[in-house]
Amino acid sequence: MRRFVKAAVLAAALPVASAQAWEPTKPIEIIVPFPPGGSSDQMARTIQGAIQKNNLVSQPIIIVNKPAAAGGEAMLDIQKSAGDPHKLITTSSGIYMTPLATKLPVSWKNFTPVAMMAQDAFLLWVNASQPYKTAKDFVEAAKTANPPLKTGGNGSKREDHLISVTMEQAAGIKITYIPYQGGGPSSVQLAGGHIDANMNNPAEEIANWRSGAVKPLCVFSDKPLTYTQKITADMAWSDVPTCVSQGLDVNYQMLRGMFMPGKVTPEQQAFYVELFRKVSETPDWKAYVERNALVPDFRSGQAFVEFLTTDEQKHKDLMGKAGFIGTN
Amino acid sequence: MDDLNQLLLGFQVALSWTNVMFMVVGVLLGIVVGVLPGLGGPNGVAILLPLTFGMDPTSAIILLSSIYWGALFGGAITSILFNIPGEAWSVATTFDGYPMAQQGRAGEALTAAFTASFIGALSGVVLITFVAPLVAKLALRFGPAEFFGVFFLTFCSFIGMGKENKAKIVASLAIGFLLAAVGLDTISGDLRLTFGSSELIKGFDFLVVVIGLFGVSEILLTIEEGLHFKGKKAAIDLKVVLRTWASLPRYWATLIRSSIVGMWMGVTPGGAIAASFMGYGLAKRFSRNPENFGRGEMEGVLAPETAAHAAGTSALLPMLALGIPGSATAAVLLGGLMIWGLQPGPLLFIENKEFVWGLIASMYLGNIAGLLIVLATVPVFAAIMRIPFALVAPIILIVCAIGAYTVESSRFDIWLMLIFGVIGYVFKKLDYPLAPLVLAIVLGDRAEDAFRQALLGSGGNLSVFFSNGLVSTLMVMGLLLLFWGPLSAGRRLVMRKVTPTRSAPASS
Repeated sequence: MRRFVKAAVLAAALPVASAQAWEPTKPIEIIVPFPPGGSSDQMARTIQGAIQKNNLVSQPIIIVNKPAAAGGEAMLDIQKSAGDPHKLITTSSGIYMTPLATKLPVSWKNFTPVAMMAQDAFLLWVNASQPYKTAKDFVEAAKTANPPLKTGGNGSKREDHLISVTMEQAAGIKITYIPYQGGGPSSVQLAGGHIDANMNNPAEEIANWRSGAVKPLCVFSDKPLTYTQKITADMAWSDVPTCVSQGLDVNYQMLRGMFMPGKVTPEQQAFYVELFRKVSETPDWKAYVERNALVPDFRSGQAFVEFLTTDEQKHKDLMGKAGFIGTN
Repeated sequence: MDDLNQLLLGFQVALSWTNVMFMVVGVLLGIVVGVLPGLGGPNGVAILLPLTFGMDPTSAIILLSSIYWGALFGGAITSILFNIPGEAWSVATTFDGYPMAQQGRAGEALTAAFTASFIGALSGVVLITFVAPLVAKLALRFGPAEFFGVFFLTFCSFIGMGKENKAKIVASLAIGFLLAAVGLDTISGDLRLTFGSSELIKGFDFLVVVIGLFGVSEILLTIEEGLHFKGKKAAIDLKVVLRTWASLPRYWATLIRSSIVGMWMGVTPGGAIAASFMGYGLAKRFSRNPENFGRGEMEGVLAPETAAHAAGTSALLPMLALGIPGSATAAVLLGGLMIWGLQPGPLLFIENKEFVWGLIASMYLGNIAGLLIVLATVPVFAAIMRIPFALVAPIILIVCAIGAYTVESSRFDIWLMLIFGVIGYVFKKLDYPLAPLVLAIVLGDRAEDAFRQALLGSGGNLSVFFSNGLVSTLMVMGLLLLFWGPLSAGRRLVMRKVTPTRSAPASS
């Protein structure tokens, strides 16, 4: 741990000229720990497109999906590839959640953090035909509902589930959480009225929001989203209040970042930090961030490591409280 | 009428020189992707997706959806020639397609498969053209209980319709369920049956299992019978296409039935895999000569291919109209739409008319182009059967190994493939059917997830599976099919008692 922190600091301090000393010599593989078509996959393919279109690297970029075991398979692969500078992995909060929940012997501390590209917000969505107007209405309804209201989301002991259980604890309510195979199915189930709410990311619900099938009650971030362009006739992302401001004390965002295997040299790490900084400045990436209502937040070096350390501790606490930590 | 005008406009867009070129290139690439087991439609589309970012969205989706058509066509080729399904939905095609090829009727089988694909796809496109927004709403009615209903119906139709020993079918299904349970459990988020092995956490991939069970075991069986160095007879001329076409009208009922099953399964996201198995099962049930199924009956090739392709095509409908991908490939296309800056969903039909109708028009044209291209290749592929098996076998084995490796880039999977090859051999020797095992591996964990999701929602109350008309119908149909044998035997018995003078009616 200490060694790569030092390496990261060192890399950040190096002047740009010598940071460019290393160049990839064969195709670069980006491993996506999710199936094709999902939001992590889209991010990787946008990055791939941005790199190729703007000629940022001389080598081709290959995307490999390894979705098994909630991304555990992909993380094991990166762990085994220590020292390979032609492999990268896209990450979300799964980077701490999967090892904590499944007890798979992997840890991001054996990887090399490259850059955080953005953060992804979560919102509380309900079917548009429901009478709830605020998070408070939803909580009130949940208090008296029998059988309990149902939420749905991607998988078990993952982000959506964690938010659902944290909501129960914060508001003193009982909710039935139903795990689906992804954010897509959970979005459809909400539009079809089979569940009462979900906690999807903006990109997963925007189509149903625009068509009037679902509506957001609040966003689980500490400030509202910044996008002011109208999505529906009268609302923009920025018009969705935070859950905390509505008395539902749950605050949760997810990182979207890139890691390399462990034991790579500081020059190799610096090459990719610089590459992703360039990617984050391309119009393709900016359009992607806006379309998916991501929170732009580029971090590398020490700032990224500090974020990861704090964020992991937060997940350990939340998951511990929710009873998600694996025991076997 | 307005829609028809839009469609004509769409044809104008799709018929530009560049778009026709993309269509042909796409179909050819798709065939390659479909023929190579392990590569598969979703991967093929995903690999090419970034190349299309700079393109006009309409041309891009024409290229990518043509790959999809090509892969749908191509999946049948290896199933028929070598008993190796290139795609999950081609498994049912092997049941009769491979025996036909063994009898020297490879050309006929290929023509039947391609034509059936075309008919299935065409009925899917017609559905999309005329009733898009109406039918799309149907998908929203599917909650976990309804999904379980569809899977239940598929499993039951397999047990009820199977001509093998019922206990053996159930045993084979049970082994499939067990294998499907390995890996991460969606509902609890825990790893199951992995015994601490990092290879097992990804579970058993369907394709690896199928390549072993079908492809490798077939080679073992053939070798046991003695290697012969003479190729099979296979006519190499295009007349076989015409001859086969002449015999097709006889099977109109099967074609229509499979199209309907396929469209239904595609729109309600049951999927092409379940559709192909169900199409096959129903064709066998209603056929005049069910005993020929599994021994090279053309109807057994037509039924699953029509259903799979009607489903594969209809699956694009919920994607466009609701933003729900009905298949893995549709999911990748959906990602592409968003990257091109298009927002799938009900508004797509209003805001991006040119795109939507250009795509729909390209479905008609892409399928016609696809059919012409694959039919032209029939003699070439059929000629492969002339090569002595002793020469082809090692090549097949290599293709199998590459296929198994490609799925996950894992060497462990090649060993798995060989192990399943031996298991398949033992199954065949002991007369256990392989199809139920495969079916359970493909749909087993999804059926389990749906079952548990439904029970979570109902608080553990089983009545959720009879809580509305849709799910009750599915469940009752499933139960009827499951007990078809005893029921119809019982009915015959009763009929005989009631009207002793009349002879028992043919089981209708």
